[in-house]
Amino acid sequence: MKVFNYKIKDSEGIHARPAGIIVKEAKQFASTVTMEYDGKKADCKKIFAIMGLGVKCNEVISVFIEGEDEEKAAEALKTAVENNL
Amino acid sequence: MRKYEGSAVFNGIAIGRISLYKKNDSTVKRRHVADILEEKARFENAVKKAVEQLNNLYEKALTEVGESSAGIFEAHVLMAEDEDYRESVFNIIENQSVNAEYAVACTADNYVAMFESMDDNYMKARAMDVKDVSNRIIAILKGKTERYQSEGDELIVVAEDLAPSETVQMDKSKVVAFVTRYGSSNSHTAILARTMNIPALIKVEYNEDIDGKEAIVDGYTGTLIIEPDEETKTILLSKRHKEEDRRKLLQELKGLPNVTKDGRKVEIYANIGAVSDTVSALENDAGGIGLFRSEFLYLGENTFPTEEQQFNAYKSVAEAMGGRKVIIRTLDIGADKQAHYFELAKEENPAMGLRATRICLTRPDIFKTQLRAILRASLFGNISIMFPMIISVEEVKKIKTIMEEVKAELRADGLPYKDVETGIMIETPASAIISDKLAAEVDFFSIGTNDLTQYTLAIDRQNEALADFYDPHHPAVLRLIEMVVKNGHDHNIWVGICGELAADLDLTKEFVRMGVDELSVAPPHILPLRQLIRNM
Repeated sequence: MKVFNYKIKDSEGIHARPAGIIVKEAKQFASTVTMEYDGKKADCKKIFAIMGLGVKCNEVISVFIEGEDEEKAAEALKTAVENNL
Repeated sequence: MRKYEGSAVFNGIAIGRISLYKKNDSTVKRRHVADILEEKARFENAVKKAVEQLNNLYEKALTEVGESSAGIFEAHVLMAEDEDYRESVFNIIENQSVNAEYAVACTADNYVAMFESMDDNYMKARAMDVKDVSNRIIAILKGKTERYQSEGDELIVVAEDLAPSETVQMDKSKVVAFVTRYGSSNSHTAILARTMNIPALIKVEYNEDIDGKEAIVDGYTGTLIIEPDEETKTILLSKRHKEEDRRKLLQELKGLPNVTKDGRKVEIYANIGAVSDTVSALENDAGGIGLFRSEFLYLGENTFPTEEQQFNAYKSVAEAMGGRKVIIRTLDIGADKQAHYFELAKEENPAMGLRATRICLTRPDIFKTQLRAILRASLFGNISIMFPMIISVEEVKKIKTIMEEVKAELRADGLPYKDVETGIMIETPASAIISDKLAAEVDFFSIGTNDLTQYTLAIDRQNEALADFYDPHHPAVLRLIEMVVKNGHDHNIWVGICGELAADLDLTKEFVRMGVDELSVAPPHILPLRQLIRNM
């Protein structure tokens, strides 16, 4: 399993557009991708789930990636998160 | 003629005909269905069509407004295809034997309720995306097709609120202004208006009977005028002409230095009172922000702004100005600017009372929060700090001690910051008179002429009965200014002016002669000043 943490820099938090980008990215991989915030977990292949976490600017999220292609998936997700949030 | 007041999110003046945008009737009836499988298939088909429509909108938006704005439609596709969303719709159809329209509407309501319960305006705004996607699916299920039809050439689009999917379908070459009942300065409509460079108003409580009527949108005052009379039209058209002249001037003067014919350079910066004012500062080619009034963070609130709120505001301004100087003036509450939660005692003479830096030194906890936020934000641009209402060297020394404490705390917390330039406002006769002593303590002076004039002449400028006695160019004030400039230069620090006199074109020549290094003015005054200086 791969894990990374990230502090949100987008002033609007995780809103629809970046959430969409994360979901699109996550869907390209077989691994399960889970975002954790404030004790709540969300499947990164579901846009409403991650928008529903209510993550605001300056909050820290953890992303867990598990599966056969976790190496590549973690790399791609990290880039997507860093470039869009 | 009728007037509606709202708030402007982008300025400019537009004349046109009102085109009231009514959303499709999205009310749905609950209907019992026997064939649950058939109902689920209807939903699946509707989602497919919605995705098709959204992909088309994405392509259209991509060419019209660019990738970052178009991205919202990709997000909408994912919402329409979201597994949890589908599951919820299916559950409702199955458990209640109801029609797909009703199931979608219920699902949408649940998501909307979830977002609206979050205590954050940005989160609440997300409810709109859910509604937008769901209404699209419902419209398809009902067999309704596309909606917006505009007639006429110069349309003022009036709506409750506008979603990206709605504006992208408009023929934008015909739209001259946007007016909405809801929305915020961050809303999609506001951003679009700025991109299109047309005026936009929000929070306008209009009546629906204005549809089709001639109207003027005044984006400077935030007014919508229905069926304007000839006089009003003439006034506003001349205002628009002036604006066009200003834009022409901008084209000619943009990027040019503020240098007199004999080679003397003066910096012209902007005075701003909110993060969004950076737009107009940049539009008018400000060399920096000479006065960022931090009061807006405190006024109109119910409690003290947090360090994070302040940090975000300062950081946004520093980033927006991209390396140009941003001078943040610390808290200037008191006198005519009151915030109840400070619980300040009522004073007989508030102009001379517990205000500004005096509050900060009395209550260092409030002061420290602000200093922490500014220092942390300093990493994101070129920030300076300026302290108002100074009368003594001791005050400046106390401020410096507190600054050092704050820096030590930041280091202890492992939070990075930069050492910033610090200056003071010269706005009391006392500070002007001892400016030689003060100059040894700071990096710059900024002369606040409004208070300096009021205190020097002992005249309340708001008191109309004193108009005959009031001389804004009183030699006493001008002498004090000259003295401050000289004392500053003797100590090798720069001296600027950020009060109203800075924009007074009758005094510019005098200020240049004195050697004033910087003039900070409201954004619309920047270019006329530059023009004058270049012709000197």
